[in-house]
Amino acid sequence: MSGPEVGLAVSVFFACAVEAVEALTIVMAVGVTRSWRSALLGVGAAILALAVIVAALGPAITALPIDALRVIVGGLLLVFGLQWLRKAVLRYAGLKALHDEDKAFASETDAARAAARAGNGFDGYSFTIAFKGVLLEGLEVVFIVLTFGASQHNIGLAAAAAAVAVAVVVLAGVIVRAPLARVPENTMKFFVGVMLTSFGVFWGAEGAGASWPGGDAALLVIIPGAALAALGMVRWLRRAPRHQAVGEPA
Amino acid sequence: MSWIVRAVRAAWEFVVGDDPFTALGVVVALGATAAIGGAGAPAWWVMPVAAVALLGLSLRRAAR
Repeated sequence: MSGPEVGLAVSVFFACAVEAVEALTIVMAVGVTRSWRSALLGVGAAILALAVIVAALGPAITALPIDALRVIVGGLLLVFGLQWLRKAVLRYAGLKALHDEDKAFASETDAARAAARAGNGFDGYSFTIAFKGVLLEGLEVVFIVLTFGASQHNIGLAAAAAAVAVAVVVLAGVIVRAPLARVPENTMKFFVGVMLTSFGVFWGAEGAGASWPGGDAALLVIIPGAALAALGMVRWLRRAPRHQAVGEPA
Repeated sequence: MSWIVRAVRAAWEFVVGDDPFTALGVVVALGATAAIGGAGAPAWWVMPVAAVALLGLSLRRAAR
């Protein structure tokens, strides 16, 4: 595998693992408290919907000229990457609460217990919550797989990395039978943010007509450069005078 | 009509999120790269500089 292909596989793996952990928490919450059968039916329906979206968008994306594709994909990856990095940096700096899967699980189970229950058989609440959770988290996975895969002309590798990530998370969930609270989610989000931002910078510039000194090897400078810049901002925010944590009530 | 509005809103929320200035900055940076590259000057530096600047500005807004 070439350097960019390794970068593609690793980025897609971690991005998809983060999304899979969040989807798993939602599915487990409704499965445990209400109905595993209906929750799993919701998961199946969401996977079917995602497959339709991939089948519809995949050929359209790969049919675009490579420069146009890289400008669009680079721009979108950069927007996504900067959003992920912003949240991760704010969490590291203590300005935003760390995402807590135990807390998310408790909140989902409380809501599931409080919701009205149907008499027997199919549980619409479990189905809907599992469907929405998997579809929304899955859309981000689909976006990352299609954009990374299409830009490298290797959707197969991106899809394989995503499938392995989802399989690893589901297997871990089945083994521990609890939400994966010990996954270092913010570290993974920071890493994914760095990778999305770096590939976004690289492909966006190439698509807009710029030539990188050193070609693909420029990624070996861009990726650590983005990580160092983000870590520097964590330090800067930790030293800055505190006003009020983001998202906290006044 | 309402489903179109909902779809556009969902797409906007999915792509742009809660920080439209960053998305706008990325578009401007891509345009600047194309303009500088089109004029024959090296343009590879524009996107890394823009990425660092946009992240810094976004964090500054969020931390206020």
